[in-house]
Amino acid sequence: MSVIDGQVAPGPGGLCQKGWTAGELLRHPGRLTTPLLHGEPVSWDEALDFVASRIRSYEPDEVAVFGGGGLTNEKAYLLGKFARVALKTSQIDYNGRFCMSSAAAAGNKAFGLDRGLPFPLTDLQSADTVLLAGSNPAETMPPFLRHLEGARLIVIDPRRTPTAERATLHLQPAPGTDLALALGLLHTAVMEGLIDKEYISSRTTGFDDAWRIAAQWWPEHTERVTGVSAADQRAAVHMLAGRSYILTGRGTEQHASGTDNVSAWINLALALGLPGRAGSGYGCLTGQGNGQGGREHGQKADQLPGYRKLDDPVARQHIMKVWGVDWLPGPGRSAYELLVADDLKAMLVFGSNPVVSAPRASRVAERLKALDLLVVADFVMSETAAMADVVFPVTQWAEEDGTMTNLEGRIIRRRKALDPPAGVRSDLHLIHGLAARLGCAEKFLTEPKEVFEELRKASAGGLSDYSGITYERLDAEQLHWPVPSVDHPGTPRLFLDRFAHADGLAKFIPVDHKGPAEPPDEEYPLQATTGRVLQHYQSGAQTRRVGELMKAVPEMYVEVHPDTASRAGLTSGEPAHVVSRRGRVTATVRCVPSMRSDAVFLPFHFPGEGRANLLTNPALDPTSRMPEFKVCAVRLERA
Amino acid sequence: MRRVVIVGYGMAGARLADELRRRDQDISITIIGAEPHAAYNRVLLSTVVAGTMTPESTRLHDEKWAAGHNIDLRLGCEVLEIDRGSRTVTVSGTPGITGPESEPIPYDALVLATGSTPWVPPAEGLVEDGKLAPGVVAFRTLDDCAEIEAKTHKGAPVVVLGGGLLGIEAARGLAGRGCLVTVVHPVGHLMERQLDPGAGSVLARTLGQLGIEFRLNALAAKYLPGDGLILDDGTHVPAELVVVSAGVRAETSLAVKAGLEVDRGIIVDDVLRTSDPRIHAIGDCAQHPGTVSGLVQPAWDQAAVLADRLTGANPAARYRGTSVVTRLKARDVDLAALGDVHTDVDCPDSEVLCFQEPSRGRYAKLVLRDDRVTGAIVLGAPDAAATITQLYDRGIPAPTDRLALLLGRALPAEAASPADLPSSAVICRCNTVSKGQIVSAWRAGAESLPQLAEATRATTGCGGCKDAVCGLLDWLGASQPQSA
Repeated sequence: MSVIDGQVAPGPGGLCQKGWTAGELLRHPGRLTTPLLHGEPVSWDEALDFVASRIRSYEPDEVAVFGGGGLTNEKAYLLGKFARVALKTSQIDYNGRFCMSSAAAAGNKAFGLDRGLPFPLTDLQSADTVLLAGSNPAETMPPFLRHLEGARLIVIDPRRTPTAERATLHLQPAPGTDLALALGLLHTAVMEGLIDKEYISSRTTGFDDAWRIAAQWWPEHTERVTGVSAADQRAAVHMLAGRSYILTGRGTEQHASGTDNVSAWINLALALGLPGRAGSGYGCLTGQGNGQGGREHGQKADQLPGYRKLDDPVARQHIMKVWGVDWLPGPGRSAYELLVADDLKAMLVFGSNPVVSAPRASRVAERLKALDLLVVADFVMSETAAMADVVFPVTQWAEEDGTMTNLEGRIIRRRKALDPPAGVRSDLHLIHGLAARLGCAEKFLTEPKEVFEELRKASAGGLSDYSGITYERLDAEQLHWPVPSVDHPGTPRLFLDRFAHADGLAKFIPVDHKGPAEPPDEEYPLQATTGRVLQHYQSGAQTRRVGELMKAVPEMYVEVHPDTASRAGLTSGEPAHVVSRRGRVTATVRCVPSMRSDAVFLPFHFPGEGRANLLTNPALDPTSRMPEFKVCAVRLERA
Repeated sequence: MRRVVIVGYGMAGARLADELRRRDQDISITIIGAEPHAAYNRVLLSTVVAGTMTPESTRLHDEKWAAGHNIDLRLGCEVLEIDRGSRTVTVSGTPGITGPESEPIPYDALVLATGSTPWVPPAEGLVEDGKLAPGVVAFRTLDDCAEIEAKTHKGAPVVVLGGGLLGIEAARGLAGRGCLVTVVHPVGHLMERQLDPGAGSVLARTLGQLGIEFRLNALAAKYLPGDGLILDDGTHVPAELVVVSAGVRAETSLAVKAGLEVDRGIIVDDVLRTSDPRIHAIGDCAQHPGTVSGLVQPAWDQAAVLADRLTGANPAARYRGTSVVTRLKARDVDLAALGDVHTDVDCPDSEVLCFQEPSRGRYAKLVLRDDRVTGAIVLGAPDAAATITQLYDRGIPAPTDRLALLLGRALPAEAASPADLPSSAVICRCNTVSKGQIVSAWRAGAESLPQLAEATRATTGCGGCKDAVCGLLDWLGASQPQSA
């Protein structure tokens, strides 16, 4: 899309209400246009001097950086470098940990490489069947559905979402039982003779070990645990045999067993012979604007640019050479662990609003308040910015150059269309300003194109190799990474000949169902699940400032089955409290007959007493460190 | 280091070994299995008979498992004696490896997971010299399945003795192979433990449509090899093969010999202890007041509790019984039965609903007490079966709309005509565009799809509302309504 006279004009793909109204934020009266020091307007120099002098007084690992999956590749790259080179801290992570980390970990295990879709998005148009596990694109990215018009849809979601309403087959598992369902489908596929034995033996390893577990999940047993009927399981695997795609979303990934959940879906895809072939495959659907690029270039606790591992000596040597340094810190802690760490003095937050978006939000707010120094870079006064000692006003989408990497691994140019308001600077300038005061100005460039040139070198030879990409090429052609040289055409489809493991084979990962970290009990008999609504985005810091979107969805609500509401003495439209072991949310009751009577749904876009994340459980996945956003035990009360 | 010896390498014994290893890498584990091959999933035998699963696919472990998990596995061995005083077991030698008798194996904890053996009805000729006669096979082991497979062909007459859960699964599998199956059952309706007569009769009708015949209230009197069975009423049923599936008996002989307390099975308490606190029993051979034998779920639950205790992972773990949900595994027949199903519809202190549609193979009965499901039979309504099982297992109050629950998935409402929609109905969800806004835009001159899209943004998101908007356009064009 583009901006003409401040008005949004759509590209060929279509826009939802958020896209149409995105222009409103560019000239919003609530726009931050001056740095704030303890709430008072100050000059950029004064704010930068203050922050730098404080930082100098701390030990490196007492300073943390918290990034965002909405930042451009250039910003994400420079932020990782800033933390490790200028701050010399190991303490950096980002909100993508709450988003894509489980899918990324499982993709790496199975394929040796993680790219959201290892095929072009448009390939989906020729699919017979698309299975969406825990994804609701009819609300989270409506234009995406245009690619699915020709396919039969299988939607897996405990809720009857707008996406589920469009499905040929909607499987409604109990919250937290996706892994059991995936095991049951694998079992059923074997029983129905639908697995691709030739593919399994020639392109994969580990089927037998994965099967030993799936063998214990016959359809009737799976039905008992998940509530999905054996007949529907059979129908689903028959629909999937053929030109099919299995796609995962946050619903299945945001669990303490998120990585295993995704591994189970990938196992199913491998058994059916879908990945690494034209016309079928597995992929995960990115959550944030730059969810893919944001996880490739080093703002993750354990990662260096080019999707390199921070603990890999060869990777460290390469990056140290590109950066001209002789030392790098090791891996740090994951997002939630960072947000609640009690040994930190300072945190710098870029493009994120963790006070609303992190699990167990009250604890996070408490810890951030206890910091000696909280710095936030944003373009509106988010709830986290409102707590900060220093706020820096930065540019947004239409005001800056840069690149983003979309869900299919395609690098997209962002072109500056407008000058930012006076007083607003790019995050790159902010990073440079701090770096200069910390004695390494020359290592932090401010022009996006120059930063991208450096990123090219840093990513060269890595898994996500951008070295053959230039801004000029992006103006002329579509490029999917890896692009290892300027005459390389890019890689729209990965894995056609071989997977990225050394032996070229994909790996089945043996995983078993464990169930939710916090099962319901007498005191908290319901299961809460959280998610997005169409009109709002993430913590709502942006969309709650757009009049048209707020008119459509103005306040926090909770979806419940009418019976569940009436048992709590509630009816539609009344205020209610939803209570978990960690907190209490105030929300307006919406009775939804298609809800399971033992589950409630809360959107996570609202602040204050309406923060769904006051309830959520910060139980972390052992591999991805993903918190269990999608299921926790609650009860419903009259407010 | 603690030494655990498990007698029996079936589903219970194998599961216990897995659960122990998952909790403790060091604990010493010995398993003694009577069959010569690795443990397999007995639940899947009906799919092997049906030909949809290979025997290999049912293996719970592969041949590398024992070595890979540091487990002393002795296959094809029998425990000859338990010496409770010295806490050792004497085992027959490993075929081809040791002599006729191996060294006594010491234990700190002994677990009996000896399972059960098929019960053979006392008809003349079924048993010869203590073994099943030629042409008679039980339905219990992988070897049985291989024999059934070898001895049947399309059009072969086969009798299944027993119309319980396993008998029906076997019959369905054999019918799927093209055999001419007759089920001989001593009671007046099928699966009488789990079904009431109404459900039994609908089930028989459904299976009848799949080619299976029934002789109810009938006992086998005499077996004529190669010819068939004479029933107790004197009639003759032809059979090239007789499959015995008339129930099982707990395998308790070793326990009896060791002087443990035995009733129908080996008596165990809530920590799966027998009358000797060093000896435990799980699975089909055990008798715990909270469960019935013959199903795998109790064995799995017991294995988890026992592993918690033997490894010290959770010394407070207790086995409190397993609520039983019977689920028939037979293609094209969807049957679940749970809890108390024998309550009558006019029972004063329960709420009982019943629905019958025999011509379509549907039968549903729901028993509720205090809003909770306490029993149900659901035949021919897969969605209802899944939902009702969840309500039962999780103790969730049943929805107030009992009828919808009983019938399964509520049918989707028919698409409303544009004329009937209220003005506030949202047509384009992506852009929150209501019918009223579209009508207004149309009145203001936007009379084509592109014009409407430009005026309201409807259809510019996911595109899913295009048909609805076109429908509105047609309706507006045809009816020229004065108001929306």
